[in-house]
Amino acid sequence: MKVHVDMNLCQAHGECVFAAPDVFELHDDDSLTWVEEVGEDRRAEVEQAVQVCPMMAIKLEG
Amino acid sequence: MRIVVVGASLAGLRAAQALRAAGHADEVVVIGDEARAPYTRPPLSKELLAGAHTVEQCDFPSDEVDVSWRLGAAAAGLDRAAREVVLADGERVAYDRLIVATGCRARTWNGPGAELDGLHTLRDLDDALKLRAALTDGTPRVAVVGAGFVGAEVASTARRLGLDVTLVDVAPHPLLPLGPLLGGRCADMHREEGVTVKLATGVQGFRGRGAAGTGGAADRVPAAGEHDRVAAVVLADGSEVAADVVVVALGAIPNTEWLAGSGLTLDPGLVCDATLTSLDDPDVLGAGDVVSWPHPLAAGETIRVEHWTNAAEQGAAAARNALAPPAERTPYAAAPYFWSDQYDVKIQAVGLPGRAERVELVEQSPEGDRLVAVGVRDGRVVAAIAFNAVRRLAWYRRQLADPPRVDELREAVAADSRSLGMPPAEVVS
Repeated sequence: MKVHVDMNLCQAHGECVFAAPDVFELHDDDSLTWVEEVGEDRRAEVEQAVQVCPMMAIKLEG
Repeated sequence: MRIVVVGASLAGLRAAQALRAAGHADEVVVIGDEARAPYTRPPLSKELLAGAHTVEQCDFPSDEVDVSWRLGAAAAGLDRAAREVVLADGERVAYDRLIVATGCRARTWNGPGAELDGLHTLRDLDDALKLRAALTDGTPRVAVVGAGFVGAEVASTARRLGLDVTLVDVAPHPLLPLGPLLGGRCADMHREEGVTVKLATGVQGFRGRGAAGTGGAADRVPAAGEHDRVAAVVLADGSEVAADVVVVALGAIPNTEWLAGSGLTLDPGLVCDATLTSLDDPDVLGAGDVVSWPHPLAAGETIRVEHWTNAAEQGAAAARNALAPPAERTPYAAAPYFWSDQYDVKIQAVGLPGRAERVELVEQSPEGDRLVAVGVRDGRVVAAIAFNAVRRLAWYRRQLADPPRVDELREAVAADSRSLGMPPAEVVS
């Protein structure tokens, strides 16, 4: 599955990093990077990240 | 098994989604008093109020959630003997398991001047749209009564709209749960932005234009059936703050009146055990702002949390537990997370700052614009609060899973190369 983050919405709450630390990473300047293609074994934690993002900025495809 | 969720905001929505995600195929009914589909509330005091977000940008994607939505239908009672929710129009909705997610409403002003036009509270989308209309009708003078999170955010938004803003609170500093050190910084921030901040200042009431008029052309006695408009906030010492728009931000009250007489324990939140199951009935669970439940960071005492993330996570947790027999339900014990955006500062916190005996600064950038403080109770860390330091907060959040002593935490921070830096020695409060 593919992970999309709308960086126009992201406000660096860091909730996704807490939910899925192997997929999302916050950097020193509060910018976010993430793994765009994620295996099925990570689905539960990425879905959790989608649910707890206060900005509704994360979408899953596939 | 038919599951009824009462409350169609964040907690109710996440409960409905979690029921389907867990494979529950039977009927799910979500009852909500607002006619509108679920929407997110944090922007109501910030982006929506500022005009930066549209109403549609606040909508949750809820169309694809395959449940029976009963919107515009307020729950008026609960008949546990019959296992039915009674709606305001008398209709009864039967359940096998019930999730109570009715949230809170804004506390209103009931003292002198409560009937005046121009007084606002802010809780739902209609409130926000009315307030936005008032703030953008000319250049009104704005008074915000109550410097909690909603009040401070509204003051910030109104000030950034270019308006004259006065922020009043009977407390000695804004954001009471964060303590005097950070609350004082918040007050300084508002003052630097040009807000008139009046602390330790009580309010007697509100005066209308018709009574003891200020002499302006708008002063007149209102006609029959027409409400007078607010002209001023009357402070405890009798002095006044002239205002065209008043925002009353005095906190929130759990919506549990509909449960009176149901036999469920109310405090006034719905009192639940660690698994979000009501004390009195294993078929009734709760989620979100309405729930009082025992939390390990509070040494097992009950707390109620009025924040976005708690509602989202509890909705899902209550749903999973609703599907399980009572003996297999799991506790909800996450450290609460919340944030507040004021001007260019993002305040973020984890844990229970309101239970701290004191708040200590533990890291601060050399420029002083980024910091982390911890709330301490009985020598242990019960909360961490960051100003513009989200990346650091994640580390503190992990520590709260097993709360360290504050001296241990300080040693760990001193040894951590990612620390923002040592704060100056001033600062314990």
